[in-house]
Amino acid sequence: MEEKKPIYLKLFLSSFSLSAFTFGGGYVIVSLMKKRYVDKLKWIDEKEMLNLIALAQSAPGPVAVNAAVLLGRRVAGWRGSFIALFGTVLPPLITLSAVSLFYSFFQSNTVVKAVFKGMQAGVTAVIADVTVDLTKNVCKEKDLFSILIMIFSFLLVFFLNLNVAVVIIICAVIGAVRRWLWDKKMKSGGVS
Amino acid sequence: MIFLKLFWSFFQIGLFSIGGGYAALPLIQNQVVNVNGWLNVGEFIDLITISQLTPGPIALNSATFVGIRVAGTLGAIVATAGCVFAPFILVSLLAFLYFKYKDLSLIQGILKGLRPAVIALVGSAGLSILILSLWGKNGFSFNFKSIDVISAALFSLSLFILRRFKLNPIFVMMGAGVIGGFLYLLV
Repeated sequence: MEEKKPIYLKLFLSSFSLSAFTFGGGYVIVSLMKKRYVDKLKWIDEKEMLNLIALAQSAPGPVAVNAAVLLGRRVAGWRGSFIALFGTVLPPLITLSAVSLFYSFFQSNTVVKAVFKGMQAGVTAVIADVTVDLTKNVCKEKDLFSILIMIFSFLLVFFLNLNVAVVIIICAVIGAVRRWLWDKKMKSGGVS
Repeated sequence: MIFLKLFWSFFQIGLFSIGGGYAALPLIQNQVVNVNGWLNVGEFIDLITISQLTPGPIALNSATFVGIRVAGTLGAIVATAGCVFAPFILVSLLAFLYFKYKDLSLIQGILKGLRPAVIALVGSAGLSILILSLWGKNGFSFNFKSIDVISAALFSLSLFILRRFKLNPIFVMMGAGVIGGFLYLLV
């Protein structure tokens, strides 16, 4: 039981710190999760992390919350999912409480705005960095179909502004059909 | 009772916000401004701006902001709890199914189809933010002179540091914030 305690604490601290830096939209947490849980802590591998993110996007609720719950569950069971959830909701709870008290000061303050603008550039770089790695890995697999799905999804979301949920459903169906056909082919191949 | 109302409102927001943070905006507006009148439209817009500057997804930020104004700290906690309730249950259910059936070939096939899509979604979000930070609210234009030079420089520098030195991304973001803060204030 003693070995479990460090994981719970680390999970809480990681969830908290990752959530504390999820500025301007939930997607940066994917990059932060990859760097922390896959690269640094090595609790899961990249493939599984992408699976969890896919699940996180398939359910209602903010991606950051869903992803944290899934990761917590994966790494430390039901208790882990609660701990990760708790760690994730605390930063906004604390920050927004403080901000709402100083609300008019906060949102017109030039220093805050300047720092935020700088951070935005940093956030974009973090997302770009991880996206480059993930894309490289997909290309390394040399599966043309996956690469096409990636490009196709990108076009749908970026240029056509299609809802994420719709893209998820389409790709899930494509994945299912493709596998079903492949399984059929394998089975009939075995028979003859 | 105000706490029940807060919980129920944000429960609905949590339940119906599929497809990422900004899909939740109309839902939040409907509940917070129209149905319950907790904020007026101007305050709601301020909330969106504030949410950009604070950690966490917009749904959680709204829950705290509205909750605390309407019913203090306990209100913020109740609203936040309402917001995550339905997602937590549904995600846990998905997790249960995933861990139970993930080795099934069909499930593997679905996930294999989804993984590249996830990368594309992240990339798309990132590109949108990049365009926003380089060109501002007006979006991409071929007028390259209109690019925010400080932003472009910070982005390039941060990316270089991340790829070359593999520094902790949190430090890079903080550093970009501090340096950017100085530069933007000086200009």
